[in-house]
Amino acid sequence: MTKIEFWQGNTACAEGALAAGCQFFAGYPITPSTEVAEHIAAKLPKRNGVFVQMEDEIASMAAIIGASWTGARAMTSTSGPGFSLMMENIGFAAMTETPCVIVNVQRGGPSTGQPTMAAQGDMMQCRFGSHGDYSIIALAPATVQEMYELTAKSFNLADQYRVPVFLMADEIVGHMRERITLPDKIEQVPRRELEKGVLPFHPNENLIPGFATFGKGHGVHVTGLTHDERGYPCTTNPNVHAHLVKRLVDKIENARTAIADYDVINPDAEKVFVSYGAPVRTVQQVLHDRNTEDIGFLRLRTIWPFAEDALKKFKNVREFLVPELNMGQIAREIERHVNVPVISLPKLGGDLHLPEELEAALVVNR
Amino acid sequence: MTYEDWFRKDRLPHIYCAGCGNGTIINCTLAAIDQMNWNKDETVFISGIGCSSRAPGYIVTDSLHTTHGRALAFATGVKLANPKLNVVIFTGDGDLAAIGGNHFIHACRRNIDITVICMNNQIYGMTGGQGSPTTPKGCFSTTTPYGSAESPFDLCELAIAAGANYVARWTSYHVKELEKAVKVGLETPGFSFIEAMTQCPTNFGRRNKFKEVLDQVEALKTHALLKAKRDRMIEQGENIPDDFFIIGELIRRNRPAMGVKT
Ligand SMILES: Cc1ncc(C[n+]2csc(CCOP(=O)(O)OP(=O)(O)O)c2C)c(N)n1
Repeated sequence: MTKIEFWQGNTACAEGALAAGCQFFAGYPITPSTEVAEHIAAKLPKRNGVFVQMEDEIASMAAIIGASWTGARAMTSTSGPGFSLMMENIGFAAMTETPCVIVNVQRGGPSTGQPTMAAQGDMMQCRFGSHGDYSIIALAPATVQEMYELTAKSFNLADQYRVPVFLMADEIVGHMRERITLPDKIEQVPRRELEKGVLPFHPNENLIPGFATFGKGHGVHVTGLTHDERGYPCTTNPNVHAHLVKRLVDKIENARTAIADYDVINPDAEKVFVSYGAPVRTVQQVLHDRNTEDIGFLRLRTIWPFAEDALKKFKNVREFLVPELNMGQIAREIERHVNVPVISLPKLGGDLHLPEELEAALVVNR
Repeated sequence: MTYEDWFRKDRLPHIYCAGCGNGTIINCTLAAIDQMNWNKDETVFISGIGCSSRAPGYIVTDSLHTTHGRALAFATGVKLANPKLNVVIFTGDGDLAAIGGNHFIHACRRNIDITVICMNNQIYGMTGGQGSPTTPKGCFSTTTPYGSAESPFDLCELAIAAGANYVARWTSYHVKELEKAVKVGLETPGFSFIEAMTQCPTNFGRRNKFKEVLDQVEALKTHALLKAKRDRMIEQGENIPDDFFIIGELIRRNRPAMGVKT
């Protein structure tokens, strides 16, 4: 029997993690994400899981990576200032191919900025924030339902691709309350354990190595230094480095289509909105109010790797309009992939775009 | 089994300079571990960044060589997620007390059931000899070319104040005592901290008038003061010179600990 609840987005996120079998959570309080940690702090110990409040977000990120190497599904949640602190160990997770889930309930930045107001200003930081080249997966929920479902999905993606997965929420989705339908069960795709006799960083045909869980007799050495397939440091051989980094990027970018998650609405339209997260709600209102099929809508749930094929579904498109709670971070990404104008509709300060603002953007003659 | 069975032989040669004290400390640690009858498959070595932090890479067990200063935060995750694992950390004075200082005091406060071996060479070895939080006043390094003007940390006092269950300090000269201290540390539930003062001829000795490796070992020996003797000297109102440090078991207690195997 499915169950219906009326939940806050952050509660749904925490419940989605629990439903996905999250066994370890480390975090540090920060508005507007704190409810995720509080909810998990109450629930996880009763399910034989571990909640620990660390001394800062650097340590939180470190702790979930450590937990993940024991085989646990592990997560942290934060917002901008904490997210910045996590970057060092996010790079370590990418380099060591450690599955983990990072929730960022975004608020206005830079710096301490607007603790209680929504933003989408960290979309590029989650993609490129740590040093060096690597790829990650990022999802963006627009509803309380998606806070639940995409959090759960993040754990499967993290285990499948051995990569940090980001749930890039925002204060609006995190704090709003709405109806949510809970599924009976969340499917869990387990991590693939390393087979005996195979080197711990030797990839399969999808460029992903088996996981050498600590305590299972693999005797694996895990290092953030450039390493060979044995896991041993090998820092001055240019080929080893190039090969490793290219694989870290390719294992995600080659799976772009498989990871993509989006809705295409009115594919014959000439003007097409593209959005993700809370601004989706305003676009939906505009489409609802017009009640016509002349305006297209690409609603993204996967942000990284960017689903560029989705843009090609709009055969007649003459312009993409991209409302975001930032200065055009994803608009710029879209520009890289298309030959038609991409109109960035930035909104800063914490409020959503009003439907009138998007309507006005539609009637401007360009 | 002997302690040599714990070495990952296909990683040799190691990166340590001739005369480095780190090998002695790794030997003492593995000798102590060998006496514990621990299963290799249930033992994990964790470290941060530095010469000292390279040690786990030379050991056959699962090992996690992490980011600079963060070993204890990673170890907290490993140990809490799977308390069955025996967790041992190798760290350096810069790794533990500078960039990792906050993680150090909080790991002590949580009294998490891990054993930390700090190879204190009073210098940043790996980056070529810069001053560290334990460089003694007046000592020379590439970033204290006129002699360090700062007061050094007493890492053991710090660990005791922050709540560790077991704290001891020895030097690379005191191999038997060091091995025993590590063993007691491994046996004691909660946070165990063993500070091993050690020579770094390449980056410390060279700049501080220790012509030979053994000159610096000798200096460590002559400046080390047994805790019992120190206590007696204090009782008798004797003056303890500033450049002396205390060796021995400095605390052993049984405060509630986290992550203990049940
Ligand atoms: C965040 C960061 N800052 C700086 C460095 C450069 N670094 C590498 S090792 C090291 C110092 C290590 O000194 P210590 O911990 O005393 O270890 P030792 O090499 O002496 O054993 C530094 C500063 C780094 N790797 N990461």
